Amino acid sequence: MTDEEHESVLGLLGRDPRPAELAMYSVMWSEHCSYKSSRAHLRRFPTEAPWVVVGPGENAGVVDLGDGWLAALRIESHNHPSFVEPYQGAATGVGGILRDVFTMGARPIALWDQIRFGPLEDPKNRYLFNGVVSGIAGYGNAVGVPTVGGEIEFDPCYSGNPLVNVMCLGILRREQLVLGTAGSPGTVAVLLGRATGRDGIGGASVLASASFDDESQEKRPSVQVGDPFEEKKLIEACLELYDRGLVAGVQDLGAAGLSCATSEPAGRAGVGLDVDLDSVHVRETGMTAPELLMSESQERMMAFVPTDLVDEVLAIATKWEIDSAVVGTVRVGGTLTVRHQGEIVAEVPAASLADDAPIYDRPMRRPDWLDGLWATPVRILEGDAADILLRLLDDPALGSTAWVHEQYDHMLFLNTVVGPGSDGALIRVRGTDKGLAVSTDGNGRLCQLDPRDGSSRLVYEAALNVAVTGARPLAVVDNLNFGNPEKPEVMWQFKESVEGISAACEMLGIPVVGGNVSFYNETDGIDIHPTPVVGLLGLADPMPGTPPRLSRAEEGMEIWEIGPEANGNLSGTAAQRVIHDELTGRPTPPDPDAAEKVVALAADLAHRVPVLHDISDGGLAVAIAEVCIASQIGANVAETDNGRLFSEDPHRLIAVLEPHTVELPEGLSRKVGTIRGDSLVLGSSDPIDVRRLIETFEGAIPRRMAG
Amino acid sequence: MRTAVVVFPGTNCEQDVAHALSSLGGEVELVWHRETDLSGFDGVVLPGGFAHGDYLRTGAIARFSPVMAEVERMAAQGLPVLGICNGFQVLCEAGLLPGALIANRDLAFICRFVDLEVVDNDSILTGSAEIGQRIRIPLNSYEGNWVDPGKTGRIVLRYLGDPNGSQHAAAGVANDGGNVVGVMPHPERGVDELLGSGDGRVLLEGFLHSLVPA
Repeated sequence: MTDEEHESVLGLLGRDPRPAELAMYSVMWSEHCSYKSSRAHLRRFPTEAPWVVVGPGENAGVVDLGDGWLAALRIESHNHPSFVEPYQGAATGVGGILRDVFTMGARPIALWDQIRFGPLEDPKNRYLFNGVVSGIAGYGNAVGVPTVGGEIEFDPCYSGNPLVNVMCLGILRREQLVLGTAGSPGTVAVLLGRATGRDGIGGASVLASASFDDESQEKRPSVQVGDPFEEKKLIEACLELYDRGLVAGVQDLGAAGLSCATSEPAGRAGVGLDVDLDSVHVRETGMTAPELLMSESQERMMAFVPTDLVDEVLAIATKWEIDSAVVGTVRVGGTLTVRHQGEIVAEVPAASLADDAPIYDRPMRRPDWLDGLWATPVRILEGDAADILLRLLDDPALGSTAWVHEQYDHMLFLNTVVGPGSDGALIRVRGTDKGLAVSTDGNGRLCQLDPRDGSSRLVYEAALNVAVTGARPLAVVDNLNFGNPEKPEVMWQFKESVEGISAACEMLGIPVVGGNVSFYNETDGIDIHPTPVVGLLGLADPMPGTPPRLSRAEEGMEIWEIGPEANGNLSGTAAQRVIHDELTGRPTPPDPDAAEKVVALAADLAHRVPVLHDISDGGLAVAIAEVCIASQIGANVAETDNGRLFSEDPHRLIAVLEPHTVELPEGLSRKVGTIRGDSLVLGSSDPIDVRRLIETFEGAIPRRMAG
Repeated sequence: MRTAVVVFPGTNCEQDVAHALSSLGGEVELVWHRETDLSGFDGVVLPGGFAHGDYLRTGAIARFSPVMAEVERMAAQGLPVLGICNGFQVLCEAGLLPGALIANRDLAFICRFVDLEVVDNDSILTGSAEIGQRIRIPLNSYEGNWVDPGKTGRIVLRYLGDPNGSQHAAAGVANDGGNVVGVMPHPERGVDELLGSGDGRVLLEGFLHSLVPA
């Protein structure tokens, strides 16, 4: 907390804050909880649409799927804890995002993880990568929610600061919706779940809201420890409470623990709350009031229960074998009063903790180096296309993700129609004709070169990724991972990115229903590339009976490219990174009109063609190679220009189909090849045996992890 | 013909098993692990998941759950008892099946489709399949590596290939009577071609056919 912020607290209370009060303000007003540097900019997001049921500000966004069904979605980061302790950092990230979603009354049905590390050649990065993947698997598999997709990126900028984002989707019936409100006076606060300990104290302020240096490993005690078994029981218990209509509101305990779970629901409801810390079930003795209020012990929920239903709530907790305690009572007025060992330790306006946090309009400046990067010519891609392709497929960010996703249970619930390793995942909603498609997309290099247009392109790419499963875009959540906001260049990148996401969402007519901001992603003064991650939910209604799959290409089928023609721009592409190890030039800006047309066309074609695949990392050549690998078949491709083979110009996809079966719009499509034989032939380059493609692709991550 | 699907705290495949059996015409009821009377049921399934968190050793605590006395009774009476994944681990811990399940050879969780071969069709799981029949269903486990130092287990399903180091590539194991079977891959995840395979149906149909009036 800064001196100015301390002054604000003095002004609010009209006196010196007590130690527990200071603790509460310091965590609630931390960057992580208060969004004090970003709030002014986040207002730019379009957040309204007729199908939005709950927009940003609650624990998760909620949208209407029709026929009484709702979807709840949220994305969160656990970047800093994952660097300090990769297994627990990633695991508790999963636990936290699940609670955000089942807090809304939804059953969590799927998870997506977006993880970014430094190059795997460095043993430290292999340790972090392995730890994070194990943590996600260990928690997600045991808690019983499938992890059905995500993305992986490697870049030196993440070596000192890996990014671990996680998105969760839940579904619920409209009547089950629960909000994070304390209800009306007389309502009782019941703390459910794991006992409170000293773990994670100050996680939000110490870890998530500060930068890293050599001493960061000493912050390990601030990382929470997860228990997926407790979370599983907590999910089932809470869902039963909602089913029976026993709660007025619910708030999960995440960052800022009890401080947040008491002040936010009371603030939202405009009521006061008396809290007795002596009632809190603890697993350590001698915890002080500030420790109890700041602890980020996992797997806890606060339920606000009408007095006459408390016994029933406690009985359900007992049935599911979770601990519970009545810890507070809702009062008239707006004061949050906290007692500990018979004394009042805090007495503050409840809403002030959440609403009166400072808002900073931090200075912004366009980086001086940007024009230089744009002016630097992009080197031409010389050499044999087959060699270039094999080098790209051997890259861990482009190669098979099986090493990762086969460690995740991605099939539980029997709803994963299209799973990991595809453009977007497709989850069926049983008992309906609906399918929910989700794609999560980030690209730090693209956004480093152009934060505004790069961010727009992420939204358009995600929209295309859900469209190839037959879904139309419905809503976006975003996770904005940036460097130190006290640097004007970082704030400028942030503002530009928000503008880019907003513009693309407006063009597609979809709202942003929630998000997360992670600042201070820097180590020793070096900021990460601006890395917004977009999670886009699409609805396929009806879902295609036989959705397109990469594995459905057969001998004799034609390969068509759909979308604007590529101009061969290699700025910011995987080819520029892998072959030249450079990041220069200006990437092709998005074309909103083309984007809209192509997304609509893809969603329609998904009902009629066997293979539809977004052209993204690695361009046309990699897209076709991925079809060959999944279908275990060769192809002949006429294109001879390396620029056009490996360019990642936006709004393009390939369709693979039987000749003369589907009419494609002229001008927006062109035939680029044929599925044929056992080898992939790119123009006049040497044929590559499909077995070699497969070996290279599948070995990209395992061969590095073995090293 | 009623089948009980046991739910321990931490079990997570119970709904999938119930759905798959129901879709094949089975009559299924979920029963909580504290249940002490399964007399109304003709067979029982212990589904996958992480019973009691599995922090100690898979199945080590679940075997002491109250419901297990009834599972043991049914096994002794020759009624169909099927353990899938974590349920297999529980049956081994309870001594209803020989051997034990230890960590996969590569010390990593494995979730993917695997190919199996039916090597013995005299069991409640394989009774409707042909010997030599190929079956493709998902594996989903960390401790799926079956070891049987006493070499008393009767293998009914074998992996084609060696995904996890399991002894004799065993994927499914039966007791002498064939009425108690543990299987590591998930037949309930293989009942719908839209999700990748319908091969698990013949196994679950075998289970349902093996139910006889109590």
